[in-house]
Amino acid sequence: MIAYTLKRIAIAIPTLLVLIVISFLLMHAAPGGPFTSERELPPQVLANLNAKYGLDDPLWKQIGTYVWNIVTGFDFGPSFVYKDRTVNEIIGAGFPITLTYGLLSFVVAVTVGVSLGVAAAVRHNSALDYAAVGLSIGAQVLPNFVMAPILVLVFTLWLGWLPGGGWQGPETWIMPVIALSTSFMASIARITRSSMLEVLGSNHIRAARAKGLPEHRVILRHALKPAMLPVISYLGPAFVGMITGSVVIDIYFSTGGIGKAFVDSALNRDYAVMMGVTILMGALTITFNLVVDILYGWIDPKIRY
Amino acid sequence: MKFRLKMAVSALALGLATTAFAADVPDGTTLAEDQSYTFWLLDAIKSIDPQINTDVEGSDILRNLFEGLYNEDGDGQLVPGVALDHSVSEDGKTYTFTLRDDAQWSNGEPVTAGDFVYAWRRLADPATASEYAWYMELMQVENAAAIIAGDMDPSELGVRAVDDHTLEVTITTPLPYFPQMLVHGSTFPVLQSVIEEHDDDWTDAGNLVGNGAYTLTEHQLGERVVMEKNDTYWDSDATVMDTLTALTINDGNQALTRYLAGELDRVDIPAGQYPRLKEEYPNQAVSTPYNCSYIYMLNVGDKGPEALKDANVRRALAYAIDRDIVVDRILQGGQRPSYNWTHWAVAGFERPELDWADDMDQAARLEKAKELMAEAGYGPDNPLALTLQYNTSDDHKKIAIAASQMLKAIGVDVTLDNYEWKVHTDRMQNQDFDMARYAWCGDYNEASTYLDLFTSYSGHNNGEFFSDAYDQVMRDSKTADDPLPLYQEAERILADQMPIIPIYHYANVDMIAEDIRGLPQNNVNNTWYGKNLYRVAE
Repeated sequence: MIAYTLKRIAIAIPTLLVLIVISFLLMHAAPGGPFTSERELPPQVLANLNAKYGLDDPLWKQIGTYVWNIVTGFDFGPSFVYKDRTVNEIIGAGFPITLTYGLLSFVVAVTVGVSLGVAAAVRHNSALDYAAVGLSIGAQVLPNFVMAPILVLVFTLWLGWLPGGGWQGPETWIMPVIALSTSFMASIARITRSSMLEVLGSNHIRAARAKGLPEHRVILRHALKPAMLPVISYLGPAFVGMITGSVVIDIYFSTGGIGKAFVDSALNRDYAVMMGVTILMGALTITFNLVVDILYGWIDPKIRY
Repeated sequence: MKFRLKMAVSALALGLATTAFAADVPDGTTLAEDQSYTFWLLDAIKSIDPQINTDVEGSDILRNLFEGLYNEDGDGQLVPGVALDHSVSEDGKTYTFTLRDDAQWSNGEPVTAGDFVYAWRRLADPATASEYAWYMELMQVENAAAIIAGDMDPSELGVRAVDDHTLEVTITTPLPYFPQMLVHGSTFPVLQSVIEEHDDDWTDAGNLVGNGAYTLTEHQLGERVVMEKNDTYWDSDATVMDTLTALTINDGNQALTRYLAGELDRVDIPAGQYPRLKEEYPNQAVSTPYNCSYIYMLNVGDKGPEALKDANVRRALAYAIDRDIVVDRILQGGQRPSYNWTHWAVAGFERPELDWADDMDQAARLEKAKELMAEAGYGPDNPLALTLQYNTSDDHKKIAIAASQMLKAIGVDVTLDNYEWKVHTDRMQNQDFDMARYAWCGDYNEASTYLDLFTSYSGHNNGEFFSDAYDQVMRDSKTADDPLPLYQEAERILADQMPIIPIYHYANVDMIAEDIRGLPQNNVNNTWYGKNLYRVAE
């Protein structure tokens, strides 16, 4: 297992490098640049800007300098658009916000989703089952860009219970977490339910019941763990998706999170921020895929590396 | 020259008389306990460094944290800022400003002429690499171009401190509207010692030292900017509003909901909602003219389609558009249909009589358009195919769809091309378009900010409309005692040659809380200052 982990880490580094190079090239291939604006800059002004940000160097040199600065000083450079800030500052300010609502959403989605799925499977074809399935299908088809404005309309304008956005303490976290976790929760509930149903019909559960174990022990001790396998393979990417932010959440709730910064950086051609966030997301994706693989081995002893 | 000098001085005297104090609170007004004002920002603030900022939103913040030589009042007239007044030399090329001696930085240091000199040199300095460096060139400050090009040292810039309270500026050609240009944020002073101490972090809350009526206490990128009253400001005794908060909300409808929930004192009204809101909240929904023009630019250059080289075809395209439908049915926010380029509300500007605007109704224009197309050899049997390019936005899309239907009526087959902003801009700047949606917002409140754009040397003339006659008129206007007749001549040339299809002149449609006073109602640049605001008790 340790050898396997080390091997995976060793593969991660060239993967990231390839990611950097491809993103870098794609980004520069897009028409327009960070300083393209409706007021076309006089050539001399543009030349000064390009010189300041090193955009007048050949592309290979730009990539080289970029990677070198990251490796030697963890320096992702200055933002080309938010000129008072460096990429490190932008990610440093936005990522903790995203991480906060992402982790909370993850916890909510997993807790509620798994409970709902298990309950539905255990009470298969009961009213509870239908309610849970109905709820999760409803939650899944309701996109968060529809849900977010509705939440604000209800809880801010009509009821006056919660502030309509911003990032000023726990009361501003509630709506982003609901909006972000709902569809993940629905997926988790559905996957848990079907996987649980399958496990509950298997031989080792029949054996456990035959031993006369109480039902809650059968469910919690013998059924839940194997039933989690498909859920976990879903959770890896879902977790990364949640903690790397959602542009919809950031736009509708004005959180100042990293999701909006990422999309803006692409639209603004803010090469530096875009690379920074791409690398962050890439690294997180690689890391959590590895974590999922390791968890797999822990849950299912049949899997060997 | 004398005439111009008199104009400037009298404008100032007027300003002094009407706005002697910051917030102009009438006697007998009961002020509210809570003096805080919360306003809306569509996007994160890109920079609050005066010499780096390029955005309108950034300027709204800058005007409260810093103060330039002059400010504008609610009608767009100049009023003293750090400068009390100025004199102009006989040849119109040297301005001498007298600065007030009680202006202070928020760290207690006095504001001196040297701070302006430092800031202006910084704007032009290639090392700063400001996107607005060209503003120094636009202001015609001596040696600006050579400094930006790196051929001269920034210390050669035509600005010097005669003493601590006297600033002298030398410009290369007389500019009748030079004082108006000083309201722009890029000309605001900055404190050298603070920038040198904190380097790139000098604009962080806690580090930033300004000379405005407010100081920066919090700036959470993409979330909020908070400013508190600055007690060292020279007029702080007359400043009523204690706190200014800017909330970033990236969605206009969401911002409106939060305004209605009482979280904001001012938001823009999303397109099409003004009539409904005006009816529901007659005292809160307001529409004021805003210094921008919306057009379709036509590519008349070498890379443009052959048909657009014919002025008759261009006129036909312009005539065929029914602007009333665009403003009354699509935008519905008090925008005005436009038949010329310069915004109607720009100070000192009057549109000349234009036959297609004044002597024809839409039916007549449409008839004429068909005639012109037939003359040019196009018609139902031989339709003209053109593309209309616009950047991503619901409003642009709606207008483009309407326009394509209107143009169909005169036998033009329009293909709509939608691109995201950067691609749209890039294509326009490379003359990769037939017709393209374009908008220009004036940098200052004077017609040349519009009309200069269509000179052959402007750098923004993406449609490559080059006319010697037009260039000459605009050159002459720079030295004319009264430039208006020349501006009108320029508009007549545009109407005759029609290198653009004017669509509408912008309006700002806002919801403003009923208890907020002191926001400008009659200023096309919508230049507002927190120090003029106050909240009355209900």
